[in-house]
Amino acid sequence: MSVVVVLIGVSVLVAASFLVAFLWAVKTGQFEDKYTPSVRILFDDEKKKEEEKNK
Amino acid sequence: MPENNINTPSEILCYHCGDVCRDETVRKEDKFFCCTGCKMVYEILSENDLCKYYDLDEKPGITPSVRSRTKYEFLEDEQVRKQVLGFTDGKTSTVTFLIPQMHCSSCIWLLENMHRLDEGVTQSRVDFPQKKVSIKYHEEKTSLKKIAELLDSLGYEPSINLDATEKKIKSDHIKKLYYKIGIAGFAFGNIMLLSFPEYLGLEKLADPEFHTLFGWLNLILSLPVFFYSSSEYYISAWKGLKNKVINIDFPLFLGILVLFVRSLYEIILQTGAGYMDSMAGLVFLLLIGKVFQSKTYDSMNFERTYKSYFPLSVTVVKGGTETTIPLSKVKIGDRILIRNNEIIPVDSILFRGDGNIDYSFVTGESSPVQKVLGEIVFAGGRQTGSLIELEVIKNVSQSYLTGLWNNDTFRKEKESRLQTFSNVISKYFTLATIILALIGAAYWMPESADKALNVFTAILIVTCPCALALAIPFTFGNIMRIFGRNNFYIKNTSVVEYLSKADSIVFDKTGTLTQNRKSEIKFSGLALNEKELSMLRSAVRQSTHPLSRKLYDHLSGYNIIKILDFKEFTGKGISGKTESGTVKLGSEEFVTGSHSRTDDFSQDNSSRVYVAVNGDYRGYFSISNSYREGLEETIEKLGKNYNLHLLSGDNESERPFLQKYFKDPLQMYFRQSPENKLKYINALQNEGSSVIMIGDGLNDAGALKQSDAGISISEDVSNFSPACDGILESVNFPKLPDIMSVAKSSIKIIILSFAISFVYNIVVLEIAFQGLFKPIIAAILMPVSSISVVLFSVLLSNFVAKRRGFK
Repeated sequence: MSVVVVLIGVSVLVAASFLVAFLWAVKTGQFEDKYTPSVRILFDDEKKKEEEKNK
Repeated sequence: MPENNINTPSEILCYHCGDVCRDETVRKEDKFFCCTGCKMVYEILSENDLCKYYDLDEKPGITPSVRSRTKYEFLEDEQVRKQVLGFTDGKTSTVTFLIPQMHCSSCIWLLENMHRLDEGVTQSRVDFPQKKVSIKYHEEKTSLKKIAELLDSLGYEPSINLDATEKKIKSDHIKKLYYKIGIAGFAFGNIMLLSFPEYLGLEKLADPEFHTLFGWLNLILSLPVFFYSSSEYYISAWKGLKNKVINIDFPLFLGILVLFVRSLYEIILQTGAGYMDSMAGLVFLLLIGKVFQSKTYDSMNFERTYKSYFPLSVTVVKGGTETTIPLSKVKIGDRILIRNNEIIPVDSILFRGDGNIDYSFVTGESSPVQKVLGEIVFAGGRQTGSLIELEVIKNVSQSYLTGLWNNDTFRKEKESRLQTFSNVISKYFTLATIILALIGAAYWMPESADKALNVFTAILIVTCPCALALAIPFTFGNIMRIFGRNNFYIKNTSVVEYLSKADSIVFDKTGTLTQNRKSEIKFSGLALNEKELSMLRSAVRQSTHPLSRKLYDHLSGYNIIKILDFKEFTGKGISGKTESGTVKLGSEEFVTGSHSRTDDFSQDNSSRVYVAVNGDYRGYFSISNSYREGLEETIEKLGKNYNLHLLSGDNESERPFLQKYFKDPLQMYFRQSPENKLKYINALQNEGSSVIMIGDGLNDAGALKQSDAGISISEDVSNFSPACDGILESVNFPKLPDIMSVAKSSIKIIILSFAISFVYNIVVLEIAFQGLFKPIIAAILMPVSSISVVLFSVLLSNFVAKRRGFK
């Protein structure tokens, strides 16, 4: 029966780690601007090209 | 008629901003531009290999504004720098600018590539929803002023506000709400998981030790929910009680408290599994409602005072030298310089130059006022024409216009005079539930005290008004979003409620009922041919007078020809010489030499511009305000349900015309000062009316603030509007009756939602009354009733809005 206790302990720990991840994401402002990153990701290609040019 | 020839050559669009090019004179290689400003931006970008800007979005550019040399000089001032900079260690600094013109992905790309235009910039990041760019730069290689000038030259004029601390508090509040939701959700899920044996009736099969273990685990998990996540409700309930108001948070607090205490009791004494799952779930759902309600339009600014309109700095002349100082340091007796198109920030006396001041901003009067030496010039006017020198006679905050902000209305936070719907309901609701619970307890008391307590708490749990607490934020929040999609932006959800309760609407005239940009222009006299009209257009192009600008726009389509000689006579008119002759435009006296009328306003309230070509008088253009499209219909519809009033800063010449639109019962007042408007609204409120003010300019600022809901009409929502509760895009003016009716329906939707939750309550109340209430019932009932009420209110409000023609 004690295996259930271990399992529950593990499950709570896993859930807690997700909670911590969420709190961290809020703290670092990842929910503040939900639009710009979606546009920014489309620009990255060109920036890399430019860096190569500079090399 | 020459009108037919307009735009016959296929339209050429500016490569930079996409506006129609009026001629083909401004070009570079194969690209055409509408003005030299746009061309300049293109040149800067192409030199720096940034032409990708034009690939990302069609014609993304913004025409840069004409800028005076010293516009950003004040950013060199140490005190101003301290206020503007986010961080500095002397070497690297960070600054965040608000850029209202930001509008597309090209803007993001260009602003994030600032380092390619200015070596000193190490990083720039855009927050598009808030229209902000954060820039990190080396103090040695560049300066704050240079960065601001660079942004300005690209058309992205940074809007610098020295008192912008309020936004930060709001974002912290949202963050905290997310923390609370995260914790409540985490606890909710885990407690539910641990309660599963209970739900399925398995607890009797399993080891009783588990029962205890799960109970204690639930208790531990629920502690942060009870003490942290739901803390807002305790604070709000307490605040309400202190003000002798039972707000909606009080019964919620009561419900949460009873859930927690009873569960604690059951778990410790091991008499049951407790209701911790219901408590965590309740708090979780309530907080989600809060997030839904807290939607804000970040890029909108609802809190502007005169400071946002006035320049941040002025040029002061002292002993022959010009220095730029922040506005706040201007003292009585200083001599200040005001250039063409600059706003006069403080009451002063005209000392040198020709004053030709446009007060449209303050009074709504559209034609500029001429001022001579020694006359008093009030703050808020805009100088048009040449440079003037003024002597300051009052402090900035004591001036005619700015003095309005010293009024008490602006000192205190706007507090609702009306009791909110939820407060009215919760007062009776709380009373009823407590009485019911007491009756239940009294009924069972003779049998067993234990059972009486059981019934008492069960009734309080069952009647916890979570469905009501959710119906309100979801209905108002959803309606706010619908309005936002249709270009009517409101400050927060409570504005919907104020709109729904209003019984009087007060309008401003200029800029609200009339259109600022569009005017009706008619020519009377001997017809002019195309060549002559070209000459006229070329001549008015040289002038910054508002009437000249209007004529210039009206005559678009005629070619620009070279002006050999141009003279502007302030307050009189202009004359221009071209290869094919001379033109003269202006007042009657200036053009014809005689003066037949007493003022420049005719019966129909139009301004007249007289025209002479080659010395021969040809006739006049009459330029009149044009009313918004659909005005008559809109007013008529509103008039059926509301008391309409009109407060105008303008003269009375349009009274007969407006009488036709408004009919009875209309209270119309003209020549109202900003202060008068505020007092008028206040008087209406004292009579017991609930008032909506609809205005546009700074002169309405006091009235907008005083009213229960102030709506400002704006041609361009991202730009120019005084402090208000809602911003309506001007083209949507005819939607006003629909907006009001949807807002009115919102209360009905909430009452219906409440009725639905009441049905649930009555069913379960019976079970609670019999003392048969179990955790599983609470665990099923609470989410089901809440979710069905939320769905109902959202769907119904969508339906109502759609039927009224909203997107």
